[in-house]
Amino acid sequence: MSFIKPKFRHPRLPTNALGFTVADYDGAISTLCAGCGHDSISAAIRNACFKSALEPHRIAKVSGIGCSSKMPTYFLGRSHGFNSVHGRMPSVATGASLANRNLTYIGVSGDGDTASIGMGQFIHLIRRNVNMTYIVANNGCYGLTKGQDSATADLGSVSKGGAANPFDGIDLASLAVLQGASFVARSFSGDKDQLEPLIRAAMAHDGFAFIDVVSPCVTFNNHAGSTRSYGSTRDHLDAMPVDFVPVREEIRAEYAEGTSHAVTLHDGSVIHLLKADAGYAADDRTGALTAIRSAQQDRRILTGLLFLDPNSRDLNDTLELASRPLNELGKDELCPGSKMLDSINEGLR
Amino acid sequence: MKTLLGINDFVVKFANVNGTGSASANSLFAKAIFRMGIPVSPRNIFPSNIQGLPTWYEVRVSSQGYLGRRGGVDIMVCVNPQSMADDIASVEPGGYFIYDSTKPLAPQLQRDDIHFMGIPFTEMCMREFPTPRLQQLLKNVVYVGAMAALIEIDFSVLKGLLNTQFKGKEKLISSNVHALEMGFRYAREHFDCPLPVRLQQGDNIAPHIREFDHILMSGNTATALGAIYGGATVAAWYPITPSTSVVDAFSKYAERMRIDPGTGKKNFAVVQAEDELAAMGMVIGASWNGARAFTATSGPGLSLMSEFLGLAYFAEVPVVLVDVQRSGPSTGMPTRSQQSDVLAAAYASHGDTKQVLLFPATPRECFDMTVDAFDLADRLQTPVIMMSDLDLGMNDWMSPPLEWDDSRQLDRGKVLDADGLEQMENWGRYKDVDGDGICYRTLPGTHPSKGAYFTRGSSKSEMAVYSERGEDYVQNVDRLLRKFETAKQYVPKPKVKNAPGLTKPASDLKLGAMFFGTSASPSYEAVEMLASEGYPIDTLRIRAFPFHRSLDDFIHAHDLIFVIEQNRDGQMRRLISNECEIPPGKLTAVLNYSGTPITARHIAAEIRETLNAAGGNVIPLHPETA
Ligand SMILES: Cc1ncc(C[n+]2csc(CCOP(=O)(O)OP(=O)(O)O)c2C)c(N)n1
Ligand code: SF4
Ligand SMILES: [Mg+2]
Repeated sequence: MSFIKPKFRHPRLPTNALGFTVADYDGAISTLCAGCGHDSISAAIRNACFKSALEPHRIAKVSGIGCSSKMPTYFLGRSHGFNSVHGRMPSVATGASLANRNLTYIGVSGDGDTASIGMGQFIHLIRRNVNMTYIVANNGCYGLTKGQDSATADLGSVSKGGAANPFDGIDLASLAVLQGASFVARSFSGDKDQLEPLIRAAMAHDGFAFIDVVSPCVTFNNHAGSTRSYGSTRDHLDAMPVDFVPVREEIRAEYAEGTSHAVTLHDGSVIHLLKADAGYAADDRTGALTAIRSAQQDRRILTGLLFLDPNSRDLNDTLELASRPLNELGKDELCPGSKMLDSINEGLR
Repeated sequence: MKTLLGINDFVVKFANVNGTGSASANSLFAKAIFRMGIPVSPRNIFPSNIQGLPTWYEVRVSSQGYLGRRGGVDIMVCVNPQSMADDIASVEPGGYFIYDSTKPLAPQLQRDDIHFMGIPFTEMCMREFPTPRLQQLLKNVVYVGAMAALIEIDFSVLKGLLNTQFKGKEKLISSNVHALEMGFRYAREHFDCPLPVRLQQGDNIAPHIREFDHILMSGNTATALGAIYGGATVAAWYPITPSTSVVDAFSKYAERMRIDPGTGKKNFAVVQAEDELAAMGMVIGASWNGARAFTATSGPGLSLMSEFLGLAYFAEVPVVLVDVQRSGPSTGMPTRSQQSDVLAAAYASHGDTKQVLLFPATPRECFDMTVDAFDLADRLQTPVIMMSDLDLGMNDWMSPPLEWDDSRQLDRGKVLDADGLEQMENWGRYKDVDGDGICYRTLPGTHPSKGAYFTRGSSKSEMAVYSERGEDYVQNVDRLLRKFETAKQYVPKPKVKNAPGLTKPASDLKLGAMFFGTSASPSYEAVEMLASEGYPIDTLRIRAFPFHRSLDDFIHAHDLIFVIEQNRDGQMRRLISNECEIPPGKLTAVLNYSGTPITARHIAAEIRETLNAAGGNVIPLHPETA
């Protein structure tokens, strides 16, 4: 199914610093099931890009295969997108980022796409610290192939058919922290107040930024007994609120003493951990792992900014690439010419 | 006993133990012959092992410049007791078997139709050199010295090569020269030097070799240079023999030639991926984003890349893939040469796919075709697979020097920039504006409001909108077929030659032979052998898939055609009969899939046998009378 959105726009839609309205960040109308958590994530990405005033055409969207991986069609219609193959988006994103280091990359994946078929590529993406935002829309099941358990499904979570999952789930956020990711967050598709600032911060972060978003599948995994239903997630959420203040906002939001803990990102923007959990030390890897784990043991889902190292080196820097994007280089920079070839021939005689 | 005669025409084979440092001595031997201006083609025949198993180095010397394997061995230099029985058996009657006589030869190994020449290499080295390591390494140089006396290698050339190789390490030069002299002197004192099988500068060398400049290089090195000159900026790969040296050489040259002069930073990226799937994904991502990217792999890697190749085909993303073919799976004989990925590559992946293939036969062609591959991939917006093989890729080949035309531009194909987008009305990513099946593509980040689209697999509307309508799918894949048709005009054309000695094709009996890649050289040689026996055979060397129309013409113009290749199933023969819709019976397979490169003798024997079996239907006729 595919249909065109009405072109009508309210004349007084607010604009961002670039003069764009939020509608300039729209994509095609979603063909996902009504109420699917993934649509809320699409909306959060759209709003985050609008609020951070990114140029839509300087963003590239990449995804794998799944309901979740279809999402990039539904936001940022002015950006190029690439719906690649199941579980292999990380490599496509890596190549794209090497070719042009000056675009903002948003990767969207699912829990099947990342935690099963794509696990190897995911881990290596983290290891290389590719400069991108990587969002997993985590519903604990394979939506597109009709509801099979995924590798992130919690032990004992009951599928729509009534069977309890006999395996321990893989926790992608812990894995990312453990593997050395420089930005790890978790959120809930239904919590846009937390999700939007996290996405904005992730995009401002220099390096690999991972957000695991619990995103209920209303069709196959939203019943009693499922630990990824809207109801169960809302009941078990431990949300650490955050706010994000981009570098170009001159009037900084004020936070009362002791209610906020701020971390400055590489580009000068600031992410604030707010109120209740302002004491959380987001720069402590081991602490983050412990916090995630102990929440889990209490059958709670810890959300918010779990770990951040604002000074990481991304892949382009590690490889010592020149600042000019590789895809802009022409014959003069690339081709050493006939004299050089003559001297190579000479060495082979 | 039969006497072998061979001035500049013979085969020498060294039987070594893997990991004992024989490689550099052996290449010293071959390079010296090359420097003397005598055509030589050396080949490593090595196991999948780092230390201990038998390994061979076969050097063919050919006055006529035949660079393929001839078959048979005239002089065997054996320093590996493990393989001795087989090595002795492989020597031609009248040939020479040189061995380490520190230990006496077992009597049951004796043959009375070949010459045994014992040289106590181990004993000599134990006496002369202080450490076990030196004794081991220099033993190899001693046999090169002995060979210098036996076949008359110019000693000053050998010394000159050692001087360049060990420049600045005087001690190494003098011990190596000493080892050479030890072998040389021993041979002079104990044997009748030189042998009737030997070198002789200038004299009987074919003019087409003598009069032209040559270099000695491996196909993989040439491929790597092709990637540099073709403007590749991203190389993503996963190590696998025999393709590894492509990326190694690319990195080495890029470190020299692709450093930004202002900042010292790199204008290239090499990523060792976690596997071949990722390598191919990175290439696709980079190409989609407008960089020239490539990967190099071999059979098992090609299998892993298959899904992505399907995506790249349907999503129309340029890809350059270098497949250095070997024999099948990772266990068995992974370090032996074959041409057995032809079908896997041609139809790589799910759905209706056909991939563009190039078949280089020389290092010079590896270079030229790699540069072409980048242009073709961009022009056709599809994967282009370079089908090299271990024999071409990892061995040193005499080749005309590489050439570069400084006026050549990179053909980036139909890519619209911001101005182009402004000018084009109603742009649609999959609209066939020019009728050649190739549409206009855009790169991410080009224009604020135009040209963005969503890249995905098989079906979509011309405007790149998601579609599952049957008509849209059919329209799209039919256009891809049209594009494949267009490809025929861009890919390298086959090389057609009339039978040797004939100025026009034979009139009554029309024999043809088709081959590609490393099968070419021994095939040409076999065709010459058969011509002298009265069988004129026209030849067509395939250089690309899709096949050029001249291939159909060639098939129609001949009654019986031999398809010569190095795999079990006659894969090229099948591809031809499939694509050209001709009865397969018209094509006779001549195959070798033993892992060692096909020989001229084998090809000639197979063809002779077929012609003899055809009995009265095929009457030998002499070129002069045809
Ligand atoms: C190689 C391959 N194997 C299997 C599939 C079928 N398949 C499509 S989507 C999917 C699972 C998607 O699950 P997830 O990533 O969690 O996305 P969701 O639909 O739940 O959002 C599978 C197995 C495929 N497309 N490709
Ligand atoms: S099946 Fe589940 S994941 Fe897929 S669109 Fe429907 S609700 Fe969303
Ligand atoms: Mg899922």
